[in-house]
Amino acid sequence: MSDAAWTHDGYEMVVGLEVHVELATKTKLFSASANRFGDEPNTNIDPVTLGLPGALPVLNRQAVELAMRIGVALDCTVQPCTFARKNYFYPDMPKAYQISQYDQPLNVDGRLELSDGIVIGVERAHLEEDTGKSTHIGGTGRIHGSEGSLIDFNRAGVPLVEIVSRPDIRSPEQAKAYVNELRGILVAIGASDARMEEGSMRVDANVSVRRPDAEFGTRCEIKNVNSVRSLGRAIDYEARRQVALIEGGESVRQETRHWDENDGRTHTLRSKEDADDYRYFPDPDLVRLDPGEEWISSVRAAMPMLPAARRRRLAEVTGFDVASEAVATVVERGQDEYILEVAALGAAADRALTHVKEAFADAGAAPKVSAADLASLIAMEVSGELTATQTKTVLADLVAAGGGDARAIAATHGFEALETSELDRFVDEAIAADPDAWAKFCAGEPKAMGALVGYVMKASKGQADGKAVTALLQSRRS
Amino acid sequence: MNGFPSARSIAESIRTGERSARSVLDEHLARINERENEVHAFNLVLAEQAASSADEIDRRIARGENPGPLAGVPVALKDNLCTRGIPTTCSSKILQDWKPPYDATVVTRLANAGAVIVGKTNLDEFAMGSSTENSAFGPTRNPLDVTRVPGGSSGGSAAAVAAGFASLSLGSDTGGSIRQPAALCGVVGVKPTYGAVSRLGLIAFASSLDQIGPFTHDVADAALMLEVIAGHDPGDSTSIPQHFPSLAPSLDRGVSGLRIGRITDLPEGADQDVVDAVDAAFDTLAAAGAEIIDVTIPAFTYGLTAYYLIAPAEASSNLARYDGVRFGSRVAASDTNAMYMATRGAGFGPEVKRRIMLGTYALSAGYYDAYYGKALKVRRLMANDFAAAYEHVDVLITPASPSVAFPFGSKTEDPLAMYLCDTYTIPSNLTGHPAMSVPFGTGEHGLPIGVQVLAPAFGEPTMFAVAAELERSAARGEHV
Amino acid sequence: MSERLTRTAVERVAKLARLDLDDAELDQATERLAGMLHHFADIDALDLSAVEPMTQPYDLVNVLRDDVEQPGLDRQEVLDEAPDAVDGRFGVPPILGLEL
Ligand SMILES: [Mg+2]
Ligand SMILES: [Zn+2]
Repeated sequence: MSDAAWTHDGYEMVVGLEVHVELATKTKLFSASANRFGDEPNTNIDPVTLGLPGALPVLNRQAVELAMRIGVALDCTVQPCTFARKNYFYPDMPKAYQISQYDQPLNVDGRLELSDGIVIGVERAHLEEDTGKSTHIGGTGRIHGSEGSLIDFNRAGVPLVEIVSRPDIRSPEQAKAYVNELRGILVAIGASDARMEEGSMRVDANVSVRRPDAEFGTRCEIKNVNSVRSLGRAIDYEARRQVALIEGGESVRQETRHWDENDGRTHTLRSKEDADDYRYFPDPDLVRLDPGEEWISSVRAAMPMLPAARRRRLAEVTGFDVASEAVATVVERGQDEYILEVAALGAAADRALTHVKEAFADAGAAPKVSAADLASLIAMEVSGELTATQTKTVLADLVAAGGGDARAIAATHGFEALETSELDRFVDEAIAADPDAWAKFCAGEPKAMGALVGYVMKASKGQADGKAVTALLQSRRS
Repeated sequence: MNGFPSARSIAESIRTGERSARSVLDEHLARINERENEVHAFNLVLAEQAASSADEIDRRIARGENPGPLAGVPVALKDNLCTRGIPTTCSSKILQDWKPPYDATVVTRLANAGAVIVGKTNLDEFAMGSSTENSAFGPTRNPLDVTRVPGGSSGGSAAAVAAGFASLSLGSDTGGSIRQPAALCGVVGVKPTYGAVSRLGLIAFASSLDQIGPFTHDVADAALMLEVIAGHDPGDSTSIPQHFPSLAPSLDRGVSGLRIGRITDLPEGADQDVVDAVDAAFDTLAAAGAEIIDVTIPAFTYGLTAYYLIAPAEASSNLARYDGVRFGSRVAASDTNAMYMATRGAGFGPEVKRRIMLGTYALSAGYYDAYYGKALKVRRLMANDFAAAYEHVDVLITPASPSVAFPFGSKTEDPLAMYLCDTYTIPSNLTGHPAMSVPFGTGEHGLPIGVQVLAPAFGEPTMFAVAAELERSAARGEHV
Repeated sequence: MSERLTRTAVERVAKLARLDLDDAELDQATERLAGMLHHFADIDALDLSAVEPMTQPYDLVNVLRDDVEQPGLDRQEVLDEAPDAVDGRFGVPPILGLEL
């Protein structure tokens, strides 16, 4: 998981992430125009969205509520704040300024704990508005060489929270774990669907390298990372590039770089020497926001259990390691509640976790197979009525059919638990058929047991439970 | 008063059926036909639309309905107020043919009160100026003396009322843009408390300073129009969620027992005729039973500097949206940045460019604290000084403008000289307090002088009581 | 604060503000801006260290709107006002040269 240390020629990487998430509101941050993905271009527009002369912003209460949930979930201090204008010209930025938060953001000083216990600091999580979308026409479809661009403002004004981590990340694996963990939290609290592919979650990485314990090096900001996998690749590439520069006697230039998925490299987008001068100042069209203790407490009280706590709970109930992949996987899928339900019916929780992890990859947070059906199956498995192999077969049928009676499905396969007398008979046959193996087994050669068990399995057409056979052989020997 | 009937009497005669809205409109259109070429108060006269809305008022009256307090009253709108489907230009080439897809809140409120919109009035481009000489469509002339400016930036709205083209008009006031032209044109002009009138649909110059307000023939009309347009609007976050006080009871209250402040450290620079008129105003009010009390407002003198840093800073950002992408004019170029530069370079006039430059500089990296940041602190000093003064007085009296209407071109070469026109009006915009100009006597060349009455936030009732007293005294010809 | 305003600085401000100014306009802007800044030095003498900045006349707080969708603008009405519109979108020339 995230513990794989990254070093290269004696350098370590220092990474901070800026994650933009679109909030799951019905309307935009400052207007009643719809916040909806995938509509016809320029159909979710109004005077505020388009920055028409005379238009005025009014803050969306639900956007604030969701941003506060993010702050509380990330253990931030949620505080009184203001909105500022960030001035810059770009055709998809309607007013030529973005309303954002600058020196007084809503959420500050938080933390995010990865599944292996490492804590990444969160500097701030502030509210701001999204831009429209440009499509470059002609040429290669990229900015350079295009004949022009077409702008759709449906996305303009959609509420975003920008979550800025501290530069606490030290490996591509940690960066990926941070984003996955953050995504899990955002989904759990209903703040965002946080889909990187659809752009509702966007990640920029600030990367530098240094000798361990040395001062921070010059950093580059990497943009256009469109998946968690690309994030790992981009950071790895960029850190190696910087090490090579330094080792080659050159220095790293502070700049913004663009990740190119096709060639697997980062490319200069613009250098910070000609840094923009955003001329931030308080937006005079908006007033102070002071959430106040009462609102913050109500958000805190309504907080669902977050992934880290859910992992702890599941590990406790199942006996699995809290840092195990199985625990992380099912919690990420949101199937931990389901497993607890199955366990509550008296079924073995560890078996439930294993089965759900293996067979429910596409089942979502609320599997069709009822908890009772899975619990019955596990009961059959544990009592020895079904072998491990038979259990898998029945489980696959249950999943395909969306549930059913495990005993009836087992019967259709002819899986019937062998009577003890029958098993005794098969064991007798096995000893008779291979006395050599029996002698060796009795002389203390454990390997010899394989032949005897194999005979029983074959003779019983797989209906015998391997564990039961082993136990029987051992009791005969003694 | 200049011989034109009040809006109250017009509305009353229309409501009672004594006159038709259509005949009232035609009378105003006739005056427009007669003098508009000379005055150029309007960017656009809406003769046909006005005729159909006047006819609609007449039909409603025939049905026995009451169209509202402004039934059939012809009203002119400053051309920085959005009117759906009707060109709204800010007297700028960059918005020359722009038709907004929505109405400003004040426009809706006027329509709901039965007003008939007769046209969109000329202004200094984007409301930046004090003479209406900065309009891209040519200057407006003062109807009282066409060799002189009407003041600005709402010069067209002031001139429209003074010339009898409209019975009422709306302007906007960011640093004096209602009160100063009202003074120069001899009409009443009010800048309400910041947040009392919705700014939604007012094309922003400087958002924390802008307020919409009326131009009228008399103080009672101003009270009537202000009551129509004021009130909370959830569409404007800076609109104050508070009931706007009724003004009618103030008009006959008189000034007996009121404490009226004279600012002893007021910046100098007013012409002698203006100084004399203000002195006469104090005498009149004292004679009517008010107590005159000396106060000091040390920060008053720094208002100009604070204003000319804050307003351009906000404007530089507010006017960034004129980029040739979504609306307005565009100058074609080979790439987007060149298009921006060319569009804005050609679309804005010299004064607008000057203020955008000044504001951009004041906000830019390394200068924010020295300019914009400092100006915000001076703004606080100003508010503190006024608050201290209002512990001792109910209203303050100053000149509205340092001079009577001045000849064209006399201040265009020196921006600072033009900026000094706003010396006495700017502080109320910085504090957000209400202030109004009421005609009080005449000065050089027989031109009108405006006396400014200032009050604390939501102090409009007292402010109107004092203005009404000054108006009664002026009508009796007791002064100058 | 009244340090000398250079023409280079004014040129940069014009670029930041996206205003094409010719040589004569730049010269005039430099002179006039310098004159204004000189005049604005009158507040330099004030001791403002203990003064809170004031950004708005009234200290309103928490002006919020419910998250309820309202009908938006008609796309055609809006695009009719645009300098360039293609396929329901706003057209611009190649997006280049935006960095200063
Ligand atoms: Mg950022
Ligand atoms: Zn951001």
